[in-house]
Amino acid sequence: MNQDLVYFFSDLVQYLINGLAQGSIYALIALGYTMVYGIIKLINFAHGEFYMIGAFVGYYCLMSGMPLLLAFPVAMIGAGLVAIVVEKIVYKPIRHAGRIPALITALGTSLFFQYLGQGLIGADPKAFPEAIKSVTYTFGEVMITSTQIIIMAMTFILMLLLYWLVNHTRTGKAMRATSFNKNAAELMGINTDKIISITFFIGSSLAGAAGVLVGMYYNTVEPMMGLIPGLKAFIAAVLGGIGIIPGAVIGGLVLGVAENLVVGFWVSTYRDAIAFGILILILLIKPAGILGKNRREKV
Amino acid sequence: MNISRRSIKVISMMALPLLFSTACIKKEEVEVIKTAEVTATAPAKKALSQDEIVIGAVFPMTGAIATYGQESVNGIKMALEVINKSGDLAKKIRLIVEDNKGEPVDSSNAVRKLINIDNVHAIIGSVASSNTLAGAPIAQQNKVPMLTPASTNAKVTMTGDYISRTCFTDDFQGVVMAKFAHETLKKSKALIIVDNSSDYSKGLAKVFSTEFTKLGGTLLGTTDEFTYTQKDTDFRSLLRKVKRQNPDVIFLPGYYTEVGLMLKQAKQLGMSVPFLGGDGWDSPKLQELAGPEAIKGNYISSHFSPDDQDPTVKSFVDAYTESFKQKPGAMAALGYDGMLVLADALKRAGELNHRNIRDAIAKTAGFKGVTGSITIDAARNATKSAVVLETTPAGMAFKQKVAP
Amino acid sequence: MEYFSHLLLNSGIFIILSVSLNLINGICGQFSLGHAGFWAVGAYTGAAYGVYLAPDFLPDFVNLFISCGIGFLTAALAGVLIGVPCLRLRGDYLAIATLGFGEIIRIIIMNMDTVGGPRGFTNIPLWSNLFWVYAWVAITILVIANILRGTHGRAIISIREDEIAADSMGIYTFKYKTMAFVLGAGFAGLAGSLFAHANQFLHPNGFTFMWSVIILLMIILGGLGSITGSIVGAVILTFLPEMLRFMGETISEWRMVIYAVLLILLMLMKPTGIFGKHEFNVLSFLAKFTGKKKEII
Repeated sequence: MNQDLVYFFSDLVQYLINGLAQGSIYALIALGYTMVYGIIKLINFAHGEFYMIGAFVGYYCLMSGMPLLLAFPVAMIGAGLVAIVVEKIVYKPIRHAGRIPALITALGTSLFFQYLGQGLIGADPKAFPEAIKSVTYTFGEVMITSTQIIIMAMTFILMLLLYWLVNHTRTGKAMRATSFNKNAAELMGINTDKIISITFFIGSSLAGAAGVLVGMYYNTVEPMMGLIPGLKAFIAAVLGGIGIIPGAVIGGLVLGVAENLVVGFWVSTYRDAIAFGILILILLIKPAGILGKNRREKV
Repeated sequence: MNISRRSIKVISMMALPLLFSTACIKKEEVEVIKTAEVTATAPAKKALSQDEIVIGAVFPMTGAIATYGQESVNGIKMALEVINKSGDLAKKIRLIVEDNKGEPVDSSNAVRKLINIDNVHAIIGSVASSNTLAGAPIAQQNKVPMLTPASTNAKVTMTGDYISRTCFTDDFQGVVMAKFAHETLKKSKALIIVDNSSDYSKGLAKVFSTEFTKLGGTLLGTTDEFTYTQKDTDFRSLLRKVKRQNPDVIFLPGYYTEVGLMLKQAKQLGMSVPFLGGDGWDSPKLQELAGPEAIKGNYISSHFSPDDQDPTVKSFVDAYTESFKQKPGAMAALGYDGMLVLADALKRAGELNHRNIRDAIAKTAGFKGVTGSITIDAARNATKSAVVLETTPAGMAFKQKVAP
Repeated sequence: MEYFSHLLLNSGIFIILSVSLNLINGICGQFSLGHAGFWAVGAYTGAAYGVYLAPDFLPDFVNLFISCGIGFLTAALAGVLIGVPCLRLRGDYLAIATLGFGEIIRIIIMNMDTVGGPRGFTNIPLWSNLFWVYAWVAITILVIANILRGTHGRAIISIREDEIAADSMGIYTFKYKTMAFVLGAGFAGLAGSLFAHANQFLHPNGFTFMWSVIILLMIILGGLGSITGSIVGAVILTFLPEMLRFMGETISEWRMVIYAVLLILLMLMKPTGIFGKHEFNVLSFLAKFTGKKKEII
């Protein structure tokens, strides 16, 4: 009986660790989702593809012998640059037309990158080079790998950076102003087009970072890899309250932990069903997400 | 006044679909007559081209499972090169590859297009049983022979007498691995991890569990207890649960895309139990994904061994490695053999019509392919031997051969 | 040609799906992303009737009628179960909740062995034909177009235009939202039943959320809120990827990329969709030529 209890708690801790590592990745992707949504109210369905592009940039950099410390920022910048190009060519002309057409162009962009990737690179999964030797640390019954620690640490660092950027810099101030009221921000002399591009860049480079981290964690990259994490991150962003930056992180972590607990203590068959069930339940209790404020709508 | 305008508006809105339907009712009547004729007086179909042979291939070239489709088509194209170069067939074979995105709807559309528009002699495809099952009824209704190189689900060939396959079924593989686990490896506590979204995986798991318990082994948990779904990447929590059960062998019938990751994660968790699998593992990608340490000491059943010194196998492996810069996996070999069997049937068919081609496929016996000697039985399934391979960092090493 | 007539038949089914989603998304203004779920419910229950329950002595079209009825009712029931709790959510939150339900439905089907699970549901009788599919298309359009013309329809439209204003005008918005949602779900189920009996094979992976998205694409492409638009959108998006198969080998190899580019271009050129909010109308069409001033709504 006592032994069972020890097992139970060590298992619980283990599932929490696994969940936090997985959730960190969801959170990183969700951050970009939520930032873009916050500023132009666009559900950027192509966001998962920026994550995929980041992963592939990282893959090719590492394959060419570039050290990880360099490949990591290069992948972030690469994903960000692609996002800026997409924003300029595709999203900007349609921005005035309202949210729904923008949503469809985002979908089109997502399909475009997925199928272009499959055509150019091939659909087979590529093994991601082992940039850092993964070491497993054991504490009694609980195990944690160095990659898990790196992922959680990187997420934390990037989140702090983002927090600082948004709250303590001029650009951040401009971003907040644009998100609050775009027209008013423009009248105050803010170049909102530039700010929107910067938001896209930052959001997508976070996704690119997640792509490289995932490559290191699971050792695989393929052109369709953005589809499911993109969807999960969207859920995480809504769960936390879309448009709210800390909300995305909380949403991602909650989702990751919930999934791993379901797999661990129950059957994995219904993992996704449970994840969605939790989401719906939270939304029914708090219709604007965990951190969202239930504002009464006024005319 | 208002009412009449309203109704005009509604009617005009319906103009489009109604136009369609009237246009099509006629078409349908024509078709009813046509099918009536067919049943009354033998084949009244469009005559097949006698100058060249047109073969349609339906595979997922894009979408979530594109990697299996692309690999199969590589094998088919290589076989085609061999056939057209050798000049065994008096006529050239033209291959039309149609993409089905791994979606049932697209599979059925693609098969219809190949039959109605391209008027193909035969169809080869597809890889996932769900796609083959979506296309098979259409081929059967149109009486066009369809040969699937890699769909192992038992239901596929039950669709009708025009559907056949050149691979073994799930049942055979499950039995082979259960025997191997119990008799060769001398293991008695097995645990099964199932890919819950794949029928292939579920089928193998079921056969393995009955066979293994019949042989006297014990099964830890049930087949629905340890599951994952395709495209999953994180198995750490699942493996933790598996480890708690303390099995001495794990049966993992899945595809290399997930298995590779799972093996690697299992090694990181310090698991040293041997994993057993089926032909879904058989791809050089597995070694890359799992890494050199995690790959060691696991066993699979498959169709052929790339180290085989048999000249047929050797020439195939060499040619494939040269063309695609990697060793062939099971999908490529199956696609290659499927195409060769089809070409062989075309050679024997005499006058080229669908019925003759089908009969010729059904009469295939002792065809020597890369994946062994292929004989099509009365239920249009292939009986052939399986091999048990050991996974090593360098590739798959031959362990033993199991006759059907 | 059986290939083209089958594509026509499929586009008929997608017309029902898009017109019914249009009722929810375009006309009532409720952003639903779970339409594939209702489609799946109708398809599987309709098919289950065909495989397990259908008496042989009934003629096929009667069986099809019953099957469609079952599909409609079960999907509508699912619509009630999902709509009642979820419709108090707004905008993207509603979208994600319906998406979640759609996926939950798919996962449940994936784990039901009686309907094939991951093996897929086979041996479904072939009952659908062009005539009956388009008869149902006509009925769907008639029903939805007629509802729109009446009091209920005006109430539903007013919710799209401004929910708070509608509320303060004394419209019981929740009731009308649920009504639109349930009706839309029901027709999606009907389309599912027709689909099952046309393709004779169902697989849970044929109802992923990407299909909800594709149906949404259809109505946006045609013009959100326009029934004619939904019809045209459904026909275009059923035929377009198939027609790209005929454009030679290079194009058919890249057909999905081209499809994506065409989508983006179409949206960039015509962001409101082909028809906008307008309906194709013979009278106003003629009025354009005669130069008469438009006086109809």
